[in-house]
Amino acid sequence: MLHRIQKLRDAGVVGINARNRNYVMPHNPRKLYKFVDDKVYTKRLAEKANIAVPKLYGLITTVHETNSFNQIINDKKDFVIKPAHGSGGKGILVIDNRRGDLFIKPNNTAINSEAIKYHIENILGGVYSLGGQVDQAIIEYRVKFDPIFNSISYQGVPDIRMLIYKGIPTMAMLRLPTQQSDGKANLHQGAVGVGINLMTGITTLAVCNDRRIYEHPDFGSALSDVHIPGWQDLLFLSASCYELAPLGYLGVDIVLDADLGPLILELNARPGLAIQIANGHGLKHRLNAIDKIKTLPTKIEDRISIIQSIAEN
Amino acid sequence: MRELNVKIFCLLLALTSLGLMYAKVKTLGLPLVPNQTSSIWAVEARVEFDGLGRSATVNLDIPDNLGNFLKLDEFFVSRNYGLNVTSKQKDRRAEWSIRNAKGKQRLYYRIEVVPEDSATKSASIKHKIPATPVKPHYEEPLASAIEDTLEKVRSESADIFTFVSQLLVQLNDPSPNKNVLVIQKGFVPGTEQWVKRIMYVLEGARISSRLVNGISLDDGITDAKLIPWLEVHNGQTWEGFDPLSGNKGYPSNFMRWGTGDVPMLHVEGGRNVHTRFTLSQRPYSEADISQERAKTKQSFLNSWSLFKLPLATQHVYQILLMIPLGALVVVFMRTVVGVPSFGTFMPILISLAFRETELLWGIILFCLITSSGLAFRFFLERLNLLLVPRLSAVLVMVIILMLAISLMSNDLDIDRGISIALFPIVILTMVIERLSITWEEAGAFEAIKEGLGSLFIAITGYFVMTNNQLEHLMFNFPELLLIILALFLSAGRYTGYRISELIRFKDLANEEDKHATSNTKTS
Repeated sequence: MLHRIQKLRDAGVVGINARNRNYVMPHNPRKLYKFVDDKVYTKRLAEKANIAVPKLYGLITTVHETNSFNQIINDKKDFVIKPAHGSGGKGILVIDNRRGDLFIKPNNTAINSEAIKYHIENILGGVYSLGGQVDQAIIEYRVKFDPIFNSISYQGVPDIRMLIYKGIPTMAMLRLPTQQSDGKANLHQGAVGVGINLMTGITTLAVCNDRRIYEHPDFGSALSDVHIPGWQDLLFLSASCYELAPLGYLGVDIVLDADLGPLILELNARPGLAIQIANGHGLKHRLNAIDKIKTLPTKIEDRISIIQSIAEN
Repeated sequence: MRELNVKIFCLLLALTSLGLMYAKVKTLGLPLVPNQTSSIWAVEARVEFDGLGRSATVNLDIPDNLGNFLKLDEFFVSRNYGLNVTSKQKDRRAEWSIRNAKGKQRLYYRIEVVPEDSATKSASIKHKIPATPVKPHYEEPLASAIEDTLEKVRSESADIFTFVSQLLVQLNDPSPNKNVLVIQKGFVPGTEQWVKRIMYVLEGARISSRLVNGISLDDGITDAKLIPWLEVHNGQTWEGFDPLSGNKGYPSNFMRWGTGDVPMLHVEGGRNVHTRFTLSQRPYSEADISQERAKTKQSFLNSWSLFKLPLATQHVYQILLMIPLGALVVVFMRTVVGVPSFGTFMPILISLAFRETELLWGIILFCLITSSGLAFRFFLERLNLLLVPRLSAVLVMVIILMLAISLMSNDLDIDRGISIALFPIVILTMVIERLSITWEEAGAFEAIKEGLGSLFIAITGYFVMTNNQLEHLMFNFPELLLIILALFLSAGRYTGYRISELIRFKDLANEEDKHATSNTKTS
């Protein structure tokens, strides 16, 4: 056991306690949490700063307004409903298509509008929100994800998690839904995480349920050597989120839309640690390297150029 | 710098705590190990009544001769009352008086006793010899029933004491003859009236007797009732008799309170009079008793003693002081081990409930209630209810379940089931809700894992919080709270891996191993 602690230390693996005390607490002041915890707020900020986000169709804040749901979606065939204060991908309902009065979910099961309204009421009641406080339901554009991931993603929306430390992209991972994760790109629920070389945007190793894998568990397709298109744009987009929400230790979730390109899906003030397993690297060495730089550049381009010196760690 | 400050602060806390503890052990001789064989008993009588807005007097019989016990100390607690202890024929009574008693009035009398050594026990109570009673005039058919019974007993006994024993055996015969039936008629054995009835029969044999009230000092009993006892004079000395079995003497745990010649309590100018006796026990050593004696010295260490509090409050603190230890378990399990659980302090509340129900039964009840609650919750899911009403519905369901379990176990004569009422209902409801959401969102596996994690912490917490040694230390040395505080402060600075993370990052560690070996190969 002690031997393993030493090995993890050598690998620079950051544990939950260290993440919370050394990175989240000192760099993410509580008062800034509203920038990321309230997704409506994040979206509005991003729109103001010209950062691409999925379009907001409508917002439901009271149970009474639930009836206006039909007007909000109007004749839209697909949309996503999610809680404004949700965490860990909880309470997200994706509708792919409509057939008559029924709404079709990505796994091809159909539900009626009553069930959707009940889901919205649950969101409003705070079932999915942090701390159970009263919440709002967001209805927004459903991302039509880039077909390049078709062979390695089971339904749902694959996304790219970028870890931004002090405004500098520090580690990246592609998250792929699986059958086990029920189409959600959440590693806790069994999604696959694939490490990405920060310099090249090419995938490397992969993880599922905290264990090393090399192929997608549902398709058996190889997960390494996938080129993420427009990698430099992605780096730029994610680094620009630091201007939006100046949290020192920030997780940025980006989706690649087939029509609209990269969109910021949400920000996270307590990004998880599985990204280390996906990349086969501990975070600590890179975080230390950034900490060593006395004055960090303010221009986004300059910040991205720093990656070169830290990605070797 | 800040890190250093925290370290110094923690060190100071620990030193203060240990210093106080050391001083207490050295100067007051408080034992570090609980001594369960002998105890100081504190018996507290609480008189409660509603004042009528005018002057009130409370006259309470207080113990003089304690039988098998020795008085260490006694206290009178009464706000604004004047106190006068009168002693008539060695029978002491406390008289409290007040000019204007309005609203609820509460008076306390507390006596601290230790079991008396039989060696040092003073010789039997010497009072002046009571006058021989005059034989009463009994009505028929009672007269012939008593006459026949006394005649029969007389032929089977040698002296007054064997006579009384024999009579009591006859009168309490489970299959009584018709004479005894006549005597017993209208009386319930074991009551004060029954003892008075026996005395009335004894007058027929011209034997002096009296009623004595006492309290049985038993382990684990906090609410005591007065037990009526019979005392008989044989011309030389008084001797006690069990009015139910006829056995001579007193049980070893019987503390005499007073004779029943005069009413135990008399309240003038008040109504709704209640008396309640509370018992509590604490370890005692010779040093303890000397501490009692040295109380007049007013040591500052004594001011930090929980034993000064009213007994009911002491009971609360006995439990309260264990809660930080439960929190310590939670902190350890979550930040060092990394056991998944519902809520932060929910497991402690569950272990507190286990204290009442005992472990095995507690676990069964917990599993039974959460699983049936969960089934009900899944049924509610289909009804599309709003969150707060749905939670409340689950709450009602939990209470119904508890009620059903209590009623059933009552019918089956299992008294454990009844103690379920102390289960934290609201907490259980939240557990069920969290469980069902985790079940839906993350799957049954995750939900059961978290549920078992919580249960595991609760069980560990139970063992820590019911540990006798720890309970003793916390209650006698509440300054240990400072050490616990220091532990929490240090735990808050812990940035090492959790044990669960050693498993989680196993693959990374193994790869690091390979890196290391390949590096050494290339170089």
